[in-house]
Amino acid sequence: MKQYDVAVIGAGVVGAMICRELSRFEVRTVLLERMDDVCMGASRANSSIVHAGFDCEPGTLKARLNVRGSELMERVADELGVPYVRNTSLVVGFSDEDKPKLEYLLDKGIRNGVRGLKLVTSDEARALEPGLSEEVRWALLAPTGAVICPYELTIAAVGNAMDNGVELRTGFEVRTIGKEGDLYTVSSGEDALQAKYVINCAGVYADAVAAMAGAGDFTITPRRGEYMLMDKECGKAVRATVFRTPTAMGKGILVTRTVDGNLLMGPTAENIGDKEDTSTTAQGLEKVFEQARRVLPAVSMRQVITSFAGLRAVGPTGDFIINQPKEGFINCAGIESPGLSSAPAIAEYVLEMLGQSGLALAEKDRYSPRRRPFNWFRNLTPEEKDEVIRKDPAYGRMVCRCEGITEGEIRDALTQNPRPRDLDGVKRRTRAGMGRCQGGFCSPVVIELLAGELGIPYECVTKSGKGSYLMTGRTKGGRRS
Amino acid sequence: MSLKTLKTDLAIIGGGPAGMSAAVAAYDAGVRNLLILERDGALGGILQQCIHNGFGLHRFGEELSGPEYAHRYEEMVRQRNIPFKLNTMVLDLTQDRRITATNSEDGVFYVDAGAVILAMGCRERPRGALNTPGTRPAGIYTAGTAQKLVNVKGCMPGRDVVILGSGDIGLIMARRMTLEGARVHAVCELMPYSGGLARNIEQCLHDFDIPLYLSTTVVGIKGRERLESVQIASVDENRRPIPSTIREIPCDTLLLSVGLIPENELTKSAGVPLDRTTQGAVVDQDRMTRVPGIFSCGNVLHVHDLVDYVSDEAAVAGRAAAAYLSGLEPGKEEIEIVPDGLVRYTVPQRLTRREQTRIFFRVGGIYRNVRIVVRDGEREIYSAKKLKVAPGEMESITLSKDVMRTLSGGRLEIGLEETP
Repeated sequence: MKQYDVAVIGAGVVGAMICRELSRFEVRTVLLERMDDVCMGASRANSSIVHAGFDCEPGTLKARLNVRGSELMERVADELGVPYVRNTSLVVGFSDEDKPKLEYLLDKGIRNGVRGLKLVTSDEARALEPGLSEEVRWALLAPTGAVICPYELTIAAVGNAMDNGVELRTGFEVRTIGKEGDLYTVSSGEDALQAKYVINCAGVYADAVAAMAGAGDFTITPRRGEYMLMDKECGKAVRATVFRTPTAMGKGILVTRTVDGNLLMGPTAENIGDKEDTSTTAQGLEKVFEQARRVLPAVSMRQVITSFAGLRAVGPTGDFIINQPKEGFINCAGIESPGLSSAPAIAEYVLEMLGQSGLALAEKDRYSPRRRPFNWFRNLTPEEKDEVIRKDPAYGRMVCRCEGITEGEIRDALTQNPRPRDLDGVKRRTRAGMGRCQGGFCSPVVIELLAGELGIPYECVTKSGKGSYLMTGRTKGGRRS
Repeated sequence: MSLKTLKTDLAIIGGGPAGMSAAVAAYDAGVRNLLILERDGALGGILQQCIHNGFGLHRFGEELSGPEYAHRYEEMVRQRNIPFKLNTMVLDLTQDRRITATNSEDGVFYVDAGAVILAMGCRERPRGALNTPGTRPAGIYTAGTAQKLVNVKGCMPGRDVVILGSGDIGLIMARRMTLEGARVHAVCELMPYSGGLARNIEQCLHDFDIPLYLSTTVVGIKGRERLESVQIASVDENRRPIPSTIREIPCDTLLLSVGLIPENELTKSAGVPLDRTTQGAVVDQDRMTRVPGIFSCGNVLHVHDLVDYVSDEAAVAGRAAAAYLSGLEPGKEEIEIVPDGLVRYTVPQRLTRREQTRIFFRVGGIYRNVRIVVRDGEREIYSAKKLKVAPGEMESITLSKDVMRTLSGGRLEIGLEETP
């Protein structure tokens, strides 16, 4: 059985950031993921916001890690080549009754150490964001609020960790965790490994994983959030992230421009029983649209290009659960919002815990925090692109016409850590298929490139993991391409 | 290093049926310095994957398959030695007709053109645009993507199929999937009538006993990895699903034929005003947009039912571009054509010369025993009886030069009226 110093369970943004931090040191680390790709849970379907940190209860772990994470994120994004835009957050109130609630938020934010917060009138808010509804009376302005691409961040963090020596095992669903001496044995049934330290970053399944190790009897409730993504044409409708005044169920439905220039609206908040149920509902989507339109009256249903749902992992305490109930077993559980924002700080915090528990953290001689951005080619000038195409003609072959993604960029993604194995994996790494036609034109080409890279027949390529077969076989008398 | 800059009299963006026909017509009208830019690896556009018959009845007087129809035009392009660049993507177009494009051979390059014909075609509305709730499994394709997989890649997207939308590609694919051994359980159409051609309903559905459910839509999608079933429901007159009518159809494939959208991203980047209904450019009788020297034709201008009409329209644009390049002054009149709502839109939307003009249009519903009426103020200047008009079929009328000469001015109204 292979032995490691640390086994991290769950390749979401928290697991990814912890692995990346560990990869700086001479620590044998393995990242275990039950799905066929990384970033398959809440980290791929959320609001993509780096929260300023004003709405967490002062004194909580959430408050501390959010503010710290938000400070760290810009540098992390730069090192990993992930787009990050500090676009300001606005919390709007529609009545004078909302004003005290916003003042309460302002006060909390100040106590949490958030810089630059300001309560502004409707005129000031609309001067910043002319598209805002006339109904807006007051707004809390948070200049440190930012947006990031959450799946690019997670994939890049895992890739960077792998480049620095971390091992990724996908398709490894942890079923049992045992302990002999000071070594944990983590098993999927088919495969097993040993590690001195186990870090539970299993998202909505963090309760089950903790229970396997006898390390916690908390329950994680999946809270579904539905979203709608709008065409880039209406991305210009707003620059900032606009929140409604929050309620007990969370920060409510927000409207934001994404780093890629789309408009994202959502999420709903609905506690559900099924930890796999990421289906959208007619009522949910209707609610998202109605509430978003109250903030930005110009949005139109005609501009929706896709909708989706994600599951936040909601713990019982209202705060993150980051603890070490058993020697060498660390829980990172209940990492709901602001989990994405906090992830770099959670990693820092967990590394501290590991150090205090005796893990030797000797820095590697050869460590690089940097990674070539996914979008390196897209961001070149036309002259620079021309140079690249001369060296490698694949960058002159356009595959995804809506997002402008070339064969060269797709080949890059196919050979860069962590490698994609299916159509959606390529989509998350390159944006091919994320545009207004939603892959109608490019997916037959991307399938071909994937089949070539994986060495499998065209008809065997999948959409997103096992069982998601795209084709049922060949046509009558068709020959293999 | 500066980028390569080509100069041409006429640049045609798109080498499908519209682009090829426009190029041939422009050449025949005397343009010798012209260039077709095509993003695909071959000329022909979407016709390459339309292996069914029914193309060319009007244009060639015989029934051709899509690739055969495209081949006829490709031969005309080749006979004239009209240059074209394949695998070439146009990235940008400016109002003063500078094109930025990219391909493997030329890198990123500019084309400065005296005139530009837009012939980029259209794309399909995807699932995301419908807001159909449910999961997001494999097995949901637009009909055109499925057509490419079957006809070009030789792969079956699935075995048990439901089709949403009765646009022509959906109807064609119902038959195609059946011929390949799949079971097509239903074609659902939100509207109380089909958006496809009557002949396709007969030949693709009725001949194969495939049920067409009108005023019906898909309200739910189930299946985690692969599609397992869809829920369908009847809709009321406001197109809202009626909960008591929901039923589930097990299937592994959902094909969508729910509308085509002209691909006008470049048109917008050039600042060309669009028609809200067609989602294509506003054009005059020459298919010139409101930006002088930029023309538009084919499915990028408005979605056609028959490729034969695409070719005709593109030839108009090609000849007009040639005239524009030869220095012929554009028309000076400004006559707006205003549809009454029953007529949804017209192409052209405006007239700048008083000459014989054919006006194409589509109606918003099925109407029987109507008159198509054109009025110049109070005066009826044209009328024609029709037994039936339907949204799936493009209609046209021709205003003679004599009628055009009598017009009082700025505005023509076109509509449907009951026959007396």
